[in-house]
Formats: sequence, structure tokens, C-alpha cells
Amino acid sequence: MKAFALLLDRLVYTPSRLGKLRLLQNYFRATPDPDRGYGLAALSDGLPLTFPLRRLLTELSASRFDPELFRLSRDYVGDTAETVSLIWPNSGAPGEAPRLAEIVERLRSTPAKDYAGLLAEWLDGLDVNQRWALLKFLGGAVRAGVSARLAKIAVAEAFGHQVEEIEELWHGLSPPYLPLFAWLEGQAGPPPKSAAPVFRPLMLAHPLEEEDWDGLDPHQFAIEWKWDGIRVQLSGKGGTVRLFSRSGDDISATFPDFLEGLAIDAVLDGELLVMRQATVAPFADLQQRLNRKTVSRTTMASYPVHVRLYDALEIAGEDLRGLTLSERRQRLEEWHRRAQPRATDLSEMLGPVAKEELRAVWASTRHAGIEGLMLKRLDSPYLAGRPKGYWYKWKRSALIADCVLMYAQRGAGKRSSFYSDFTFGVWTEKDGKDVVVPVGKAYSGFTDSEMRDLDRFVRENTVERYGPVRAVAPKLVLEVAFDAIMPSARHKSGLAMRFPRIARIRWDKPVVEADRLENLQKLAVA
Amino acid sequence: MHRHRRHIAAMTQNTAFETWLRPDASGLHCIPGGFHIDPHGAVERAIITHGHSDHARPGHGAVLATAETAEIMRIRLGIEAAGHFQALAYGQSLKVGGVTVTLMPSGHILGAAQIVIDHDGQRAVVSGDYKRRADPTCAAFEVVPCDLFVTEATFGLPVFRHEPDSVEMAKLLASLAAFPERSHMIGVYGLGKCQRLIALLRAAGYAEAIWLHGALRSMTDYYVSRGIVLGDVRPASEAPDGLAGKIVLCPPSALGDRWSRRFAEPIASFASGWMRIRGRARQRGIELPLIISDHADWPELLHTIAETGAGEIWVTHGREEALVHAALGMGLKARALALVGREDDAE
Repeated sequence: MKAFALLLDRLVYTPSRLGKLRLLQNYFRATPDPDRGYGLAALSDGLPLTFPLRRLLTELSASRFDPELFRLSRDYVGDTAETVSLIWPNSGAPGEAPRLAEIVERLRSTPAKDYAGLLAEWLDGLDVNQRWALLKFLGGAVRAGVSARLAKIAVAEAFGHQVEEIEELWHGLSPPYLPLFAWLEGQAGPPPKSAAPVFRPLMLAHPLEEEDWDGLDPHQFAIEWKWDGIRVQLSGKGGTVRLFSRSGDDISATFPDFLEGLAIDAVLDGELLVMRQATVAPFADLQQRLNRKTVSRTTMASYPVHVRLYDALEIAGEDLRGLTLSERRQRLEEWHRRAQPRATDLSEMLGPVAKEELRAVWASTRHAGIEGLMLKRLDSPYLAGRPKGYWYKWKRSALIADCVLMYAQRGAGKRSSFYSDFTFGVWTEKDGKDVVVPVGKAYSGFTDSEMRDLDRFVRENTVERYGPVRAVAPKLVLEVAFDAIMPSARHKSGLAMRFPRIARIRWDKPVVEADRLENLQKLAVA
Repeated sequence: MHRHRRHIAAMTQNTAFETWLRPDASGLHCIPGGFHIDPHGAVERAIITHGHSDHARPGHGAVLATAETAEIMRIRLGIEAAGHFQALAYGQSLKVGGVTVTLMPSGHILGAAQIVIDHDGQRAVVSGDYKRRADPTCAAFEVVPCDLFVTEATFGLPVFRHEPDSVEMAKLLASLAAFPERSHMIGVYGLGKCQRLIALLRAAGYAEAIWLHGALRSMTDYYVSRGIVLGDVRPASEAPDGLAGKIVLCPPSALGDRWSRRFAEPIASFASGWMRIRGRARQRGIELPLIISDHADWPELLHTIAETGAGEIWVTHGREEALVHAALGMGLKARALALVGREDDAE
């Protein structure tokens, strides 16, 4: 508990990814089993505890503290666990903090009716940071600015391994991960393969650059449409099927309708889409289905999901990742014809295309409402991570608008002294006068030297401050490139840009010549 | 929140003290004395508890304060500070109109005073800002028994229990040792916190030069001129290098701003009672929060209220609601004053 509390406290205040990795690695190296395994569980998938923390805290607070003072404190702090950790009296001499393993052990051996007493006993023996860490630990997944993936990267790198190796094993393991640490430390062989479906790390594509295009022979490539959904892995084994996100999170619970009745024995790579009558719905529809712990029948019916498959990593227990893409594709097609799993189809392969034609096909994607093209070498094995020279994504060309800089905010980390987050807008008429209304926000696309120029401009042209935000005189035109623009009730302009970045700073352009809202409305896709 | 405030006010309106001491548009007004205490707007006659800008505003006709507070006002506000200053030492009494005024140390910063007002057999004490723990840069708070205690409540919630200063200093020294390649940039308010932090570092055995942002120099020079020993303190503008592994003090607004770019990978730190709350530290991008406060924490507020023996408590600024609630719970009369112009964050 002591080491874990110190780790969480440091993580919360450490902004840089490298700094966090260093803290995590030190923790995993220095902390003994099985404590570090429970620490890892808390930082990744959460502990498999059924501890009614919220209810217990409410009960304990009601019996121990003045309700009015507790309510005011809770409102001020904004977090119940932190409020309790702060308001809980310090005992005269805190004892030795229990180890994480002891905590898990005692929870298992204590009947639920005695949980409140147990929690109070623990809180009495801890200092303020340890109380906070204990409550975070008992609350399930700790989010101390660390993603589950970062925790896995730290575990792997702490012992000189790759994160993909951990991801591959992950879903066959459970806290406190003793076989995993034994293997990482070289004291045992790799943990045995799981009987349940597992996640296999994905192969990712590079954006296609001009120099890639120059040397590219289309006949060596499989050419597919780039679908505008989310990348998923469908993994089935022993009668169970799971759906994993690209980072290896199990998202099955979000899509029960899709998985119901689906029996496959394979690991497949594909795109999750909302489809109605064989037509792919816009990404906004898919968003209605994402990040939900539970999903209503109505939502399932209104936003039916579908997986468009493009690769096979494993079929009937056979690992296909060493085969070429052409071979895997053939196996995928055979399998799909035979198995005929519902709510799936195969991503279309565009026939042989000459290089001159290929550019025209790409240029047509925006009109067709498709995100771009995928180019994959036909001889590529399936390699975890983002290997160079095999797969390319060629996104449709960006849309461009000339916008007026309106607000700026300082960035984070190395950019914390620079105004480098920008909100920009376009002209519209309101009550007979031209005003600028915001349409988007961007913090990329410019060089470091341009960032310094923009920072100076913001400081010299500030007209008002709202906390950390500076309102800037409407003097500077930013050429903004974006993938799409959509209607949005949340923005004053009624529009929101997708993936905007600053393409050029138009120091030369008179601000009156910036775009008008009416033009952008014409580009908006419903 | 508003619902509760009205409720409390309605319960406790029109107490006897209000015939001679009450808030008006300018601040807390002592009617028979003909003066305001720490008024928000310019008035004819003011008594100032201490030199922080939300208490010591410019433009009053005549100001009564400790000599230190008067001097601090002259340095900070220049010619506009006030038409006329009158200094009163701690413990000395002065007849002002129909009342007697005595200034007693409040332990907040150099020169800070509680205002003791005796009128017609009744005694009111206006605390200004105060703290109870030892501060090597100013006189310690003295409890003055009274009938009415007018208290601040900056940290008036039970979640605020400041750590011992020594714990926070140890945290800072440990960070210096762990990150010798990074400069440690600590945001401090220029009057009081800056000098106290230096004194605490010296007490913790830190003997190296401490580097100051230009905005912190005049008050630090003043403290030194008053005999407060702060050791080797130098302007950051004369730093030979990026001050890796060294301590740089600056106003909170300079943290992470342009000024900080010249220093070696600064660790942003902030010395304030607000650092108790994780969200507040993270909001400001603070990597090393130091819980060092010049205000009473919750236990100090409660035991000070009890020690004064006052039967009635007025709460001026901060989290009044909770402190009023607690004072009512102690069987005292209590109300929130909600004075204008107090800055919540000024610490």
C-alpha cells in the first residue's frame, strides 16, 4: 500500500509520458509479488472485486461526519473518495500500511456485512495520501493519468520486453499475474496459452507520403476502401467470442447484439460499422454505440452494428500471421463462405489498378463518402505494431477553410509557456453586422518556429482574458485543413470540424476575406 | 448555496453589535469610531489589517495600521497609498472617535494585525487574515478574549488540514535531490509567502542561493531591512545558467509562462493551502504541490473561535457557510458577512 500510494501520488502530478513510464517501471521492478500484480490490475482492467465502495463511503460518512459539512466539502472537492481521505481524522500514530495483497486477501475472507468496519479500520491506520490511494484501489480501475496500455508498456519495458508480447498474453491472465512476472524476470517460460479467446496485437498502417507514392507499384498491393468506423478484432475460441478494440480492451459488453449467436473459431481483423440495409452509416451513428457500459434495446435497434472483415490472424487454431496477405485473404474468403457468420462481410478488394487510375480512385473517395484508401503489400506477413513499408493509409484529401483566429490557450508539457491551442471561426451576419463564430479548435499543423510567431501574435493582440483563455482581436487568418464538418448543437456556429489542423498561417490575407459560415454549411454532412 | 446563505442570515439578523459595527457598501464600518476596516472602496478613514492588496487598497484619506503595514502600503502603492498614515504598535491602544482601538499580531505576514475594538463595555476583534502555526518572518497570533469575533474562513472546510511545514520542506528537498537536472520553480505570493518559504528552507538546512523573479524583490528587500534573515537571495535575471537543481521563486502567474523558458526543464511547484486539493494543483499544471499556507486551517479556525470565548461569530470571507454552520453547532451565534472585494485565491 505504501509503495502504491507513493506511486499514485507521483503519477497524478507527473505530466510527461516518459516520467510516468519511469515511475511505473520502478514500481514494477521494486515491488514484490503478489503486490505488484494487484497494482497492475488496479492500473489496467481494475481489480476483480465486488466491493460496494460508493455505498460504504456514504454510510460511513453519514455516521462519522456532520452531513452538512460533508456535503459542502464534497461539493468543493468534487470527488467523494478524495473528500473522505481528506476529512478522515489522522490517528495519532499510523501503523504499518497493509500490503495490497493483504487488502485483497482480507476482502475475500471478510463477509460483506463487515466491510464497513474493515474499511474504517484501514482508514484509521493510514495517512492522507494512503487513504486516497486505498479508496482509488478499492474503487476499481484507478485512472491516475495512466491508460491500461501505458501500464502494460511499463511492465513490458521494465523487463526488456515488447508491449505486444504482453498484449498477446493478457486476456489469458488474471491478477496478480504471477506467471507473467515470473516469465518477465526470466524465472519461467511464457505463461501457457489460454483456452479462452485472446487478443492478438494489431498490424497498423503508415500514412502514405509523397516519397512512398513515387516508388509504389500498385500491382504489388491489395487496394481497399478505408472504412470510417473503428478497428476491431473479433476473436473466438471454445464457444466464446470476444470483441477487442485496437488497443486490446475487451469491448464485448458494449455490443451484445452483435455477439449474440455468433460462433466462430478464428481471430479476425476488421472494421466495426453501423450498417442499415447494407449501407454504411456515418461515423456519428457509430458514436452512439461507443463507450457504453450498458446499451438499451432501442439503441441497438436504431444503430445496428456490423463488422467488415479484412484479415485473418488465426483460423481453427492455426496461426496464419506468418503467411502472406494474399494467402491469408484466400483463407479468410474460404472460411467466410463456409461459416457464413451473420452481421459480417468482407471488405471489397479493388481489382488491379494502374498507377494513373489509382490517384483518380483516391480522388473520388470524398465524393463517395469514403475515408480514403488502404494499400497493403500482398506479400506482407501480419506483423504486430506499425512496421515500415507494408501497409499504407491514404486518407482522402482534406477540406480547407480560411478561418479567423478567435481564442488561444496555453498548451501542456513542453508547450505550457506557449499559446498553442487555437479556436477559430468564420464570418456570419448577425443583426445586420458581420461577426465571427467559432467552428473549431486545433493545436497542430504548425512548426515550432510558427508556434513562437503565433504565441507572440496572441500576446500582442489579446483583447480579453477569461481565466486561462485569451480572446484575440480578429486580425489573423488561419488556413485550416479538416477531414469533415458536421452539424453540432454544442457549438454556437452549429457546426463542428473533424480532425482540424492549421495548414497555413495567412499573415498576408485580409481578415475580411476569410470564409463565411454559409460556405461551410454547404460542406456539412448530416 | 444561495438558499443556505439567506437561511443563515435570516436566522441571525440584527444582533446588538450591529448598532455600532456593520458591513456597508465600502466594507466593515465602525460607526462610533468613524472608520472602515480593510475597505474595498476609498474611504475617509480606514484601519488596515495587513498589506495584501485585497485588504490594503489605495486612496483612503487617513490610514491607521502597524508601521510595517503602512510601509508595505507605501512601497506597493506609492504616492496613492493614502493621504495620511498613522502607525500603531502591537499592544498599544488608541482612542478613535467613540471607541478604543488596539492592534494585536495575527501571525499572517509581517505587520499583520487583528483589530481590537472596545466600545461601551463590548469588545469586538476583527481577525483580518491569520494563522496559528509558527512563522519565522512575523509575530505570532495572540488570542484576545472578546464578545464578537470577526473571522476569516479562507480554508473554512474540514478537508483543509495543512501539513506541518517541515513535511512540505522535506518533500521539496527530496525533489531537488531526485531531479538535479531540473530547476525547481515555486509559485509564491510576493508578500509573506515568498519570504516565509525562504525562511523555512533555511530552517530546513538549505544554504544555497535562492533565485527570485523581479516582482518578488522589493518585498523581500523590505523584510531583510526589518531584520529578517533570509540568507543568500539573488535576482533570477542574473542567473549564470538554467539553474538546474536550484530553487527559483516567482509569482504564480509566471509559472509555465514565457519567463520560465530560460530555466532548465522547470518543475512547476506552488506553495499554497489550495494545494491540498488535487484538482486545484492539476488545474494549474503543478508537478510539486507544497501545502504551505498563511491562513488558519479548519482545526485552527475552530479552536481559535473557541479560545476567544466570543459568543458571536461573524465570518468575513472564504467558505463562510461551513464555518457558520460549525459555529452554530458550537452553540454560538454566527452569521456570514459576505463582504465585497475579497479575493478567494489570494494566498
